[in-house]
Formats: sequence, structure tokens, C-alpha cells
Amino acid sequence: MLPSPGSLRRLSFGLSDVAVILGMLLVLAIVAKVGAGAFVAFTPPNHLPSVSLDPRNLPYYAGRSTLRMFVALAASFVFTLIYGYAAARSKYAERVLVPLLDVLQSVPVLGFLSITVTGFIALFPGSLLGLEAASIFAIFTSQAWNMAFSFYQSLRTLPADLVEATEAYRLSGWQRFLRLELPAGTIGLVWNAMMSFGGGWFFLAASEAISVLNQQYTLPGIGSYVAAAVAARDMPALGWAVLTMAVVILVVDQFFWRPIVAWADKFRLDQSAASESPQSWVYDTMRSSRVVLRLLRALRRTNDWLEARLSTLTRLRVRTAQTVSRPALVDRAYDVLLIGIVGALAAIGFRFVLTTVGFPEVFRVVGLGAATLLRVVVLIAIATVVWTPIGVAIGFTPRLARILQPLALFLASFPANFIFPFATLAFIRFGVSLNYGSMLLMALGAQWYILFNVIAGAASIPTDLREMADDIGLGRWKRWQRLIAPGIFSAWVTGAITASGGAWNASIVSEVVSWGSTTLTATGLGAYIAAATAKGDWPRITLGVGIMSVYVVGINRVLWRRLYALAERKYHL
Amino acid sequence: MTEDLIVATAVGKSFPTPDGKGQFTVLADVDVAVHAGEVVALLGRSGSGKSTLLRIMAGLIPASGGTVVSGGRPVAGPNPDVAMVFQSFALLPWLTVIENVELGLEAQGVGRIERTKRALRAIDLVGLDGFESAYPRELSGGMKQRVGFARALVVEPNVLFMDEPFSALDVLTAENLRGEIDDLWNAGTFPAKSILIVTHNIEEAVFLADRVIVLGANPGTVRGVVSIDLPRPHNRNDGRYKALVEHLYAVMTNPTMKVAAVPSVEGTKRAADDAAPYSHPLPHVRVGTISGLLEFVQEKAGDGGQEAARLAESLALPVDDLFSILDAAVLLGFATVHSGVVSLTPGGRAFADASILQSKDIFREHALERAPIVAAIAATLEKKDGHAMRSDFFLDILEEYYPEEEAKRQLATAIEWGRYAELFEYDAVEGRLQGQAV
Repeated sequence: MLPSPGSLRRLSFGLSDVAVILGMLLVLAIVAKVGAGAFVAFTPPNHLPSVSLDPRNLPYYAGRSTLRMFVALAASFVFTLIYGYAAARSKYAERVLVPLLDVLQSVPVLGFLSITVTGFIALFPGSLLGLEAASIFAIFTSQAWNMAFSFYQSLRTLPADLVEATEAYRLSGWQRFLRLELPAGTIGLVWNAMMSFGGGWFFLAASEAISVLNQQYTLPGIGSYVAAAVAARDMPALGWAVLTMAVVILVVDQFFWRPIVAWADKFRLDQSAASESPQSWVYDTMRSSRVVLRLLRALRRTNDWLEARLSTLTRLRVRTAQTVSRPALVDRAYDVLLIGIVGALAAIGFRFVLTTVGFPEVFRVVGLGAATLLRVVVLIAIATVVWTPIGVAIGFTPRLARILQPLALFLASFPANFIFPFATLAFIRFGVSLNYGSMLLMALGAQWYILFNVIAGAASIPTDLREMADDIGLGRWKRWQRLIAPGIFSAWVTGAITASGGAWNASIVSEVVSWGSTTLTATGLGAYIAAATAKGDWPRITLGVGIMSVYVVGINRVLWRRLYALAERKYHL
Repeated sequence: MTEDLIVATAVGKSFPTPDGKGQFTVLADVDVAVHAGEVVALLGRSGSGKSTLLRIMAGLIPASGGTVVSGGRPVAGPNPDVAMVFQSFALLPWLTVIENVELGLEAQGVGRIERTKRALRAIDLVGLDGFESAYPRELSGGMKQRVGFARALVVEPNVLFMDEPFSALDVLTAENLRGEIDDLWNAGTFPAKSILIVTHNIEEAVFLADRVIVLGANPGTVRGVVSIDLPRPHNRNDGRYKALVEHLYAVMTNPTMKVAAVPSVEGTKRAADDAAPYSHPLPHVRVGTISGLLEFVQEKAGDGGQEAARLAESLALPVDDLFSILDAAVLLGFATVHSGVVSLTPGGRAFADASILQSKDIFREHALERAPIVAAIAATLEKKDGHAMRSDFFLDILEEYYPEEEAKRQLATAIEWGRYAELFEYDAVEGRLQGQAV
């Protein structure tokens, strides 16, 4: 057995321990300082928190925002474990929870902000916690569904022999969860959490400063700092915010995600030794520190005790012939019940919308949806034309790919709404209509997913196939047609699905933008939802969000599902 | 008579076919008992349900009929009297060697100190000293299976269950580990009272077991029991040993032959039903493999015969694979097997000698006449306008006779054979079969 690189490069006892202790104290201090801000009094409209544009306050605001992100992540994690487990273990739960996830993944998160903000403010009267909770909930809804789905999938695809081994050795439900199910899901969960966390910054920025029900709410944070800078037309402040955001993303990556990815590598299911495993200097330092080791040892006894208690609660289930086959009648009744509930909900929603806004409005909104759909389609097409050749060129050069792939990931997680003001200013200066400009805004966030996936897809085309193409002298066009396009198709589909989902969500903040007191508006469903949210017009919010969900779910079913199936079947490398 | 540790009485197992109309029977009316102090081998070819039987006795899957009594109690849920060694090792990749070995003890709630002590002893026993903190992916296949043995032995089960424990290892590693396990058993300090091993390897069964239970296939039944009445350790050069191996080879290559040395139970042979061509399963073998074997036999034995046992050895082929290939050759009328001796038919010799194009003609002729599924598909396609049909149509028919996975495999094999014979073409993307004029 080879010793790990970490233990070879082991710092002397003092250094790594001092580093770890100082690091832990620092994190605690920051959390305490920043977290206290969440408990200040908040009694609108008399007592509202404000945001100062002094750049020296930025680290504090960034801290507040980051804390929100982590609270949301923790909530998503807990949700994922419960939801994913329930969906995977119970046939009846599965039939409700999985389609529900599918819909939730497609619903525009930002359209719900108004509902959640009013709800949470009512929940915590007189405290800023309500707004905090609403913002955290917005981030949560952008992360939780992906993570839950990933965990559910890992649970459904557990290797049969390992499941059998845990049964043969009579592990309790808790032990099985701890030894098999959670570890098997870890890598998928970590990657999904990391990607969703990156996407979460966007929703954080959008949820910190919003106007709901004709009331402007401001939650101190980096997102509301940007909003304030836009209102004050303060260009330098915007620059500082962008810089701070970049630093925060890098710091979180180095100190949180990298160590976790390096640690999670041991949960790989394949039995072969990897040629290249992820590295993290933070993780190595922690592993070579004795303080951490002591701490883990100390926790062990509590852990043993807990495991014994939970094990007696979750004794091995005895499978008998009866529990294997369920009567078909019960199944059918259950289906009928589900269809009934879904039908009733749809009818109630319909009635609500029709009695308040009427049929013509529905048609108008469907038309607006078509406008936004057109934007999404054009933006994906343009992003594909622009980024595919670049991505392929990068993917074919391993050295470039190693450097630029993390950069593409970084750009994907950088909240595009921080760049919006710069673009808005340019639109105003050059007189560009937002009807076209909003496509650029939507693309600012979405295009990176295409680039990122195309790089990965191109890198996975085997070298011998490329050598073969050289060898038989395939021309440039033929090479694209026969080798490259089919080779990256799967990856492109994955990227385009993510990009289109991101673009729909972004439309709500991209079709209405302001700079100071100037506001640009585009014709589209996103602008419609944004306007309805600002006014607190419930029927129109319901209608807008409902129609957008129908569009997204519909396109997923009609287009993306089929392309995905085609990619799996025919273009699988 | 010694103590009965586990007794399975009249055990059966069947699944509903995917169309819900019929039943696919894996095991029918099987009686097996494991006594204290013996090594029992369940020997059978694929489809004999031997692994299913083992899992029913281990309480991992419920039986459809009959009872399993272990230590005087009926088995319901995972059987606490047994510990299992898996073919695929089934080690948790994120646990170290010692953590994997401790798994069963943890489930029993054994305290940490005691657990570590016993695990270290078991690791020592299987010769993995020094690898306690290694992860499975750092180990070779043989070492992984040693961990599998340690994990099973550390709980000191009444009966050690082994499900083809050596078949995922290369020949030399398997030989080595098999010998060590045998030595441990013969030394008399083995941490289990009995061993039940599932295998398709005749040599392995005779070498390890005191009793070999021969299972017949489709559905799985006990064909008979052969006592390996030799002093332990079994000496491979002993004449009686060789005779036993040869007898078992003959029995295994001939599904209707009586198993001697025992009151034999004849396997219930499925009545041939010519009205249902889809009920005759194809062995899952590629055409190229069949022709390879025929050429090999032709070259080695000329017009004479070749013993199956020798064939497996000289081809370094797992016997189970060899049997499938032989089955296919016999089914197609290219070869015959009589008491363990393989000889080619005139058709088989022609096929082995033919050029590519000729061989396709010969194969087509034989397949149409003797492989009912292939012939039936070709006939249906011919009757259809345009000679094209979706493959799902045939899958639906096959699912009336086989479970879903097996139906898919049957279709895949039929398509492979039909394509080779140029009876039909298959478009995998559209899932469509296109017949060709015959």
C-alpha cells in the first residue's frame, strides 16, 4: 500500500496543528460576528436595514451572504437525505416524490420569491430572520432538487452484491445507511451540491434585494450591495463587488469544496486504483494534524453509543413472500387517488386564474411565454455555435483543458446578475432594445454550462479515434460530421439542458433591468412575472409561474428527454 | 447420523413471467441438508438455480414453496447461522480491510475492543497480516477474496456459505486460495462447523467436498448426490478421485444420465413441445465461439472424440462456458456428446472446414432446422409484408416463457445467430428486424 501524498508531505506536528486550530477559531469568529447581524430588529416600514456603499463594508456583507449560502446548503443536505431515502425505499412514496421532483426542478424559483417572502416575514414578526429565511429558502430551492435526485439515483443503483452483503451480515437499517447507502451516494451528492452551490449565488443575489407587494426589502449582503450600487449609479462600488464575489468563490472553493472532493474520492464505487485523484492542500493539512485525529477519536464513543441506539430502533426488516408481491388492487386504488389529487389541484388553480384574470389574459401570457422561449432557443443556438468549436479545441488539448475547465466552472458559478449593470449601461449607451439585450443577459450565466460540458465531451473522445481520423485523412467538415459532433453530443445535451433551465430562471431578472432610475423592459414571460411579483398580483403570479412551468416541463418532455435518450442509445462513447 | 444444521425441504422458487400469465420455475421440490462437520458442494450448470437455492437457505430471498429450517428454527429473513462469501467479493470499497471484516460483528453489536481483537485474528488466519488499513482497491483479486473469507469467518458461523468464491479469480490464484481454505478445514480448527459451496467447477467440487449434490437445470432439481469417499485432503492423483471427476463430467454433459453411487432422483425433463418453438431456449453463445470450438476439436481429435474434461483443461475455459458452447454445438447438430466424449458430426466437420461464405450457408441450414426460435422469427418475418417487424414483438412472445432478463438475452442470441446466418438484419437504433429472402 502506498502512503498518501499528504502523509509524506506531513508538516511538523506544531505547524499543521497550529494552522488547523487557528483556522477553526477564525471560522467560528467569523460565523459569530456575521451571524449576529441576522437577529437585528426589523419592523417595516419604520425600521429597515440599509446597505452602505463603502467598499470597506464589503467583506462583512460577503460574510452575511456566504453564511446564507451555507445555511441553505445544510438545509438542502438534510432535505436530500430524507427525500431521496423516502423516494428510494418506498414504492408508494416514489410514485409521488419522483415526478414531483421533476416538476420542482423545472419551476422558475424566482417566481416564488414573493410568496415565500410574505410567508416568512409573517413567520418571524419583528425580526430580520423572516427575510433571512426567505432568501435562504430561495437558495435552497435552487439546490435541493438536484441534490435529492442525485441521491435517489445512487440509492436506486446500489450494487446488488453489496446490498446482499449488508443483508447477509444482518446490518440494521441505520448501519446499512451509514455503511452502504450514504457512502455510495456521496460522490454524486458532493458534485451536485458543488454545482448547485455555484448556481445558488445567482439566486442569493436576486433574493437579497427585491420588491414584493410594492415594498422594497433589503437584506444586508453582497447582492443588496450590488442593487444599491445600481440605484446610486456607483460604478466603482460595482467593481469592488465583482472583485469581492470572485474572491469569495475562490476561497469557498479552496477551503470547502476542494477538501470535500478530495475526501469524497474514497467513496468511489469502482474497485480500480485511480490514475489521478483530486488533491487539496487544505485536506492534506487537516489529515496530518493530530488535533483533528484526537477530535475524531473523542467523537467515536458518542458515535458508538448513537449507533447502538439507532440500530435497535431500525432492526433488519424480515422479508417474507407476502411483502414482496402487493395486491394489484391496492396499487390501482393508489394510482386513482393520486390522479384525483393532481386533477383537483389543477382544477382549483385553473378556477382561481380564470375567475380573476379571464381567458384572454391566459392567451396573452402564453404568447409572452413564446417570446421568452424564442429567446432561450436563440441564445442556446448562438452559445452552441460560439462555444462548441472553442470547447472542442480546448478539450483536445489536455494541458489547456486542465487550466480552462476550472475556469469555465468558475464562470458558471459566478452570479451573472453582478455583470448585468455593466451590460445594462452599454444597452442604454448604444440604444439596444432589451428585447434583444435580454438574450445576452440570460447567456451571461447560461453559456458556461455548454462550454464546460463540451470541453469535457471533447476530452473524452478517445485519442485513437482522433488518430484514426488523421490517418485516413478526414477533412475538416467530415471530421466534425463523423467524429466530433457525435462524440460530444451527449455532453452537449447535458450542457444545453442545464443552460436552458438556467436561462428560463434568469429571464425573470433579465427581462427587466435598471440603471439608476432608468428601467429597460423586454416583452416576455419573465418581465410579466417580475412585474406581477413587484405589484403583489397573486392571480398573475400564479398564472405566469404556472405557464412558465408548463413551458419548461413541456420542452423537457418533448425535446430534451428525447435528445437525451438518443444520446444514451446511439452516441454513447 | 450427525446433527442437521440446515435442512431445506421441498423448496421451490418461481417468478411470474413479465406478461403475468405464466410462471417461470427456477427451483422445483428441492431437498438439501447440511450436517455438522461436512463440506457440501452444490454442483450445477447455469440455470440450475444453485445460487438461488443458496440464497434461499441463507434467508436472503424467500422461497415460493417448501421450508428451510436452520438450527431448529424456520428461516425467515437473513439466517443468523450462516456467513456468506460472495463471488464478486462484495467488499465495501470505502471501508478498510479491518473495517470490512468487522462488519458482521458490528451488526451483532460486539464492542469496539473485542471487535478489533477478533477481526485481527481473522485477518491473520487468512494471511492478510499487515493489510489491515488498506482499502480494497489497493488489493489484488485474491487478496480481496481473502478479506471476504475473513469477514465470514470472524463471526464464527455454523455454516460457511460460499457462492462460487473462486470463479472471479485467475486460475493460479484460485488454486492457491482453494488449497489454503482446504488446509484450514483439514487442520480441524476451522471457525465454522460446516461448509456449503456453490460451484460449476467439477474439479473444485471433488477437491473440496465430502458430498456433491448435482443439480439439474430448467427447472433446478436435485439429480443426485455423489459421496466423495476419500481421505482428506483429497489426492488429485488418486484413481478414485479421477474416476469421480470423470463420472461427474459425464453426468454434467448429459442432462438425462443417471447420477450413480446414490439413489438418484431423475431430473424432470421438460416435454418437447413443437407447437411452441419459443419454449426451447438457445444457449447464449456466439457463432464465432462455436466454430472456434469445432475447429479445435477437429484439429485435436480428427474424426475421433475428445473428452470434455480434457477440452476444458486445454482451452483453459471455465467448464460452465464449455458446457454452453457444447450445448449450442449439439443443438445445432454440429457435435454429439456421449459419456463425456465430444465428437463432431459430418455437418460439424463441414462447418469447421468451411470458408466464411460456405460456413454461413451451413449455419443457416442447421439453424433453420434445429434452432426453433431463430427459425420461428425468420418464418414470421417472411410472412410479413416488407419482411420487417419491431423486435419488441418477439420480445413480448419470449416473455411468455422466460423472465424479462432471460427473454432479452434469448432475443439477443437469436438475433446474433440469425444475423450470422443472413436470415435477417437488425437495426439497433430503431429496434427493427428486417427479414431476407430465404
